[in-house]
Amino acid sequence: MDLHEVQAQLTGWLNEATSAFQKVPGSAVLIRYVRSSYQNDPVRSAIELVLVIFFIRYLLAPSYSTSKQNFIKLTEDEIDELVEEWTPEPLVAPHTALEEAEMERLPVLVGPTGPKSKLANGRTVTNLASYNFYNLNANEQIKEKAIQTLRTYGVGPCGPPQFYGTQDVHMKTEADIATFLGTEGCIVYAQAFSTISSVIPSFCKRGDIIVADRAVNYSIRRGLEVSRSNVKWYNHGDMEDLERVVRKVAEEQAKKKQLTRRFIVTEALFETIGDCTNLPKLVELKEKYKFRIILDETWSFGVLGRTGRGLTEAQNVDPVQVDMIVGSLAGPLCAGGGFCAGEKAVVEHQRLTAASYTFSAALPAMLAMTASESLNVLQSNPEILTQCRENIRLMRAQLDPRSDWVICTSAPENPIMLLVLKPDVINARRLTIDDQERLLQECVDESLANGVLITRFKGIPITTNTGLKDGNYTVQPALKVCLTSGLSKKDVEKAGVTIRHAITKVMTKKTNNKLGLPAA
Amino acid sequence: MPNSERVGERRPSQSKGNRLAQFFSSSPKSKEMSAQQTLQAAQSQKQGISPATIPLPTISLSTVTAGEPNSDEPPTTLFQPPSADEAKRRQRAEAQFGPLLSPRHLYVSAHQGKPLETPIEDEPPYYFVLTTYLSYLILIFFGHARDFFGKRFGDKKHYNSLKANNGYAPLNDDFDNFYVRRLKMRIDDCFARPTTGVPGRFINLIDRKSDDFNRTYKYTGTITETLNMSSYNYLGFAQSEGPCADAVEETVRKYGLTSCSPRADAGTSDLALEVEKEIAQFVGKPAAMVFSMGFVTNAGSFPALVSKGSLILSDELNHASIRIGARLSGAVIRSFKHNDMEDLEKKLREAIAQGQPRTHRPWKKILVAVEGLYSMEGTMVDLPGVIALKKKYKFFLYVDEAHSIGALGPKGRGVCDYFGVDPAEADILMGTLTKSFGANGGYIAAEKHIIDKLKATNAATLLGESPAPSVLMQILSSLRIITGELAPGQGEERLQRIAFNSRYLRLGLKRLGFIVSGHDDSPIIPIMLYHPAKISAFSHEMLKRKISVVVVGYPATPLISSRARFCISSAHNKEDMDRLLAACDEVGDILQIKYSTGIAGGAEPLPKGVSPEMEKEWRKANGLEGVVKPPRWKLEDVISAGEEDVKYALR
Ligand SMILES: Cc1ncc(COP(=O)(O)O)c(C=O)c1O
Repeated sequence: MDLHEVQAQLTGWLNEATSAFQKVPGSAVLIRYVRSSYQNDPVRSAIELVLVIFFIRYLLAPSYSTSKQNFIKLTEDEIDELVEEWTPEPLVAPHTALEEAEMERLPVLVGPTGPKSKLANGRTVTNLASYNFYNLNANEQIKEKAIQTLRTYGVGPCGPPQFYGTQDVHMKTEADIATFLGTEGCIVYAQAFSTISSVIPSFCKRGDIIVADRAVNYSIRRGLEVSRSNVKWYNHGDMEDLERVVRKVAEEQAKKKQLTRRFIVTEALFETIGDCTNLPKLVELKEKYKFRIILDETWSFGVLGRTGRGLTEAQNVDPVQVDMIVGSLAGPLCAGGGFCAGEKAVVEHQRLTAASYTFSAALPAMLAMTASESLNVLQSNPEILTQCRENIRLMRAQLDPRSDWVICTSAPENPIMLLVLKPDVINARRLTIDDQERLLQECVDESLANGVLITRFKGIPITTNTGLKDGNYTVQPALKVCLTSGLSKKDVEKAGVTIRHAITKVMTKKTNNKLGLPAA
Repeated sequence: MPNSERVGERRPSQSKGNRLAQFFSSSPKSKEMSAQQTLQAAQSQKQGISPATIPLPTISLSTVTAGEPNSDEPPTTLFQPPSADEAKRRQRAEAQFGPLLSPRHLYVSAHQGKPLETPIEDEPPYYFVLTTYLSYLILIFFGHARDFFGKRFGDKKHYNSLKANNGYAPLNDDFDNFYVRRLKMRIDDCFARPTTGVPGRFINLIDRKSDDFNRTYKYTGTITETLNMSSYNYLGFAQSEGPCADAVEETVRKYGLTSCSPRADAGTSDLALEVEKEIAQFVGKPAAMVFSMGFVTNAGSFPALVSKGSLILSDELNHASIRIGARLSGAVIRSFKHNDMEDLEKKLREAIAQGQPRTHRPWKKILVAVEGLYSMEGTMVDLPGVIALKKKYKFFLYVDEAHSIGALGPKGRGVCDYFGVDPAEADILMGTLTKSFGANGGYIAAEKHIIDKLKATNAATLLGESPAPSVLMQILSSLRIITGELAPGQGEERLQRIAFNSRYLRLGLKRLGFIVSGHDDSPIIPIMLYHPAKISAFSHEMLKRKISVVVVGYPATPLISSRARFCISSAHNKEDMDRLLAACDEVGDILQIKYSTGIAGGAEPLPKGVSPEMEKEWRKANGLEGVVKPPRWKLEDVISAGEEDVKYALR
């Protein structure tokens, strides 16, 4: 076959193809369009054709082909050998000494949680470790309501809210919380701990900007991580630093003529430190730089404000100005679950996109009902809040200025008092974080030996969290003392003295003063 | 005789002779019970199977708001004929847990024969596939057209959240949100239907209607009692009376409402430890720990088990909680084809051979995550297959038994029990307590040193709330009923009822001509609908017949395979299954969803004298080889033959 034949054949095919193409309806229009739009510029057409081919190749290419880039081809035998040789690490690492010690001494309560709790070893101790601030756990009226609900609804709703798991009780609880807070709507989740971890990613997507306080808690961190948004940090509680960060973001975006969703995420009362956010300033910055606020009120809902409405009530901010308020029903309300309150659109959006709402079973009806009833009790007896605050004051008087070793970092109204070792103690004795944890665990043990149950704040997961870039934050080890209105003045003072003495005893022990330096 | 032995004895009850033996081996107590139930059954059967006999709703909204407690307290005088109150009480109890109509309606759930076969996937005629895509195209086109005009001329308030407003970027991405606004909104009334009362055998829907295309709903103030084919109430423990509820009430009185503290602080009660011990024993592991939410059990445990330098191989259909947990762990995640052992092996070989990306260092560890029973497909994990691979490739195995615990296995102990595999073969057995136990929360069971380490490092234990005492007691009492410690005989009945119901309904639906997905013993029974329009039509038609079903479409399933899902419960009885079959038969004809070609089962019975083993030869002899007839049985035949046929391998 010589060249001419090939050429003739090719032309034949080409003609056939052309005529076939022309038979396709609309082909004439296409050709005319191509001709006119490219003004018979064959080079440009060719380039674009190449682009189209590239595009198609790109589409057909398997995703993540980068992982194949340094793929080493091995024979089956070689692979078998590798399989044979490979030994995995054990599934979990062995216990550390601290974990072991903690495990051994984990208090086990027998019977109800109350201001005085009975432990498995038979002793009854003053319980300053539970979030039972108003002792609603023992409230007969609430119990009665819960039992009634049990007798109408059973325990579990046996399904996620989107599939017949939404019960009228849930709708009532949502309405009650919304009314209590003064927001347009509210959505109830089945667990408080995971609520904000789901709320954040349901609004913040890749490319959005989140500005967060460095000291935010574990749940928020997980939310930030899952959201894949661009996270920027500001120094804890530092409103000037916050302004600097948000201004920079706003300016950058204005320059690039780009507008993404922008959020400020912070806590009302910080879980890791116990102090309080300056909400009016936050709202001012938000309005000025057009950010939305996601406020975690897990530790302040039911605590701050005259009737326990939280930070908005305490600092006289209209709740409507905070875009999303996330809170817990499992703490002082003695129920279960968490919530997010905000505008209707904000709430409805979560019903479809918040993972731990759509992919998890609804809250048991009796716990939802308990939450409603507890709110009711709080609203009608605001004096129990006052009583609890009085107890906080009494306890503080025993500890903060009085102890030589610790200071309290919590806000004065926070019933969770976090006590950290004084900086000069730490410096003088060159205590590492581990040392501090160990010393504080000894304080806990000593205090329990004297009949007062307190705990340590367990922030290890926050410290070991590596998923967030430059968001690392070292949680300072702290003792956690949770006050309750269920204790008398005398009991609180006595417990305070016990704790103070326990700390002193541990800190002055010879073996603990490892450098043999004088204290402070 | 210990209960467990009895169960063992009754295991081969699929064969005819043993069904007789079943009568003799039952304890006198359960015989009495079933006699009584048969009696009740005879009564109710007289009325026939028609939706008209459904009792009227007995639970009203008023019980919620104005606390009117038990209006049906037991009569105070001793001698009294069964009063109206008593009848009402009984009716109420039966609305939560239906009476067993005949001892023949029981079956032991256990794996038969050798390797687990992948269920045959039937496909609808091309015409339906094409029109399905077309429907979506039309929906999308109209959606965009409406958006286009709506944003320019429409009601401001509906579009505001999509536009930049006062310097704020829109809260919802137009694009992300399109599906919700334009596709889901049309069928929104099929989702999140509010309910009241116990989600037991029947479920009470609070009626609502919408005048503005599902943007808002108005509650009409009425309640409809429907047959509940939607709740994950596998063993029927959603009950407001009976031993569980009594125990829970006592617990609330004794322990109060919560434990107010994370497990690692002061949230560990004797009750929690007891539950953990009991769960560990139940699933056959040395230790266990409980959490207050199933979702977090997964989301929190992966980070505590694996981290950078490890590999997670996850089934492509794994639940969102596993996916989020895996992502948070920092490990590399790869997925393998659903339940495909060959693909898993291929991925394993490649992973071990290549090591970590770029550095080629060997993986620290490999964790394979599977579910026991997949909630959208109704398929079970091929556990023997996975275990075989595990022996060779030395990976760690994480089994999420959210749906399989309680629902599968002769003793209800999940997939290991079902396949007769030693639970020690799987490293981590996770499960939820939301489903079979009628409670809330999740658990993890493993070797003691693993659990101890997890207790010390899992964030949900250190910082999250611990389960409420009431919930713990619900778990404990339902567990004890299953094992037979409490109310002997009842647990066994529950286990065998769900197995019977599941097989009966699955066989019936196949015979009627539906495409049913999943394995035969699975209590999750999805039927394929394909067309998006049929999603809501099916749901509405079923609702008209007073049956609640779950319908799912894209994005929970692939675009094309929208489906309806029935969740079987021990609280159902054969009458309920027949009612559902009758409804499906009617609706199937109206909506034309009897797509099946017959390759996946539902075949006509073999002629007399031909046993299943002889089928091949018989087909050869009659020239029927390779001939599959689309099954379209008559409802009467389905109902009359089903009871007997479920005892044999389904065909
Ligand atoms: C496989 C699987 N894992 C975990 C969960 C979450 O369980 P829970 O509803 O208790 O949060 C579910 C529930 O839907 C599930 O299907």
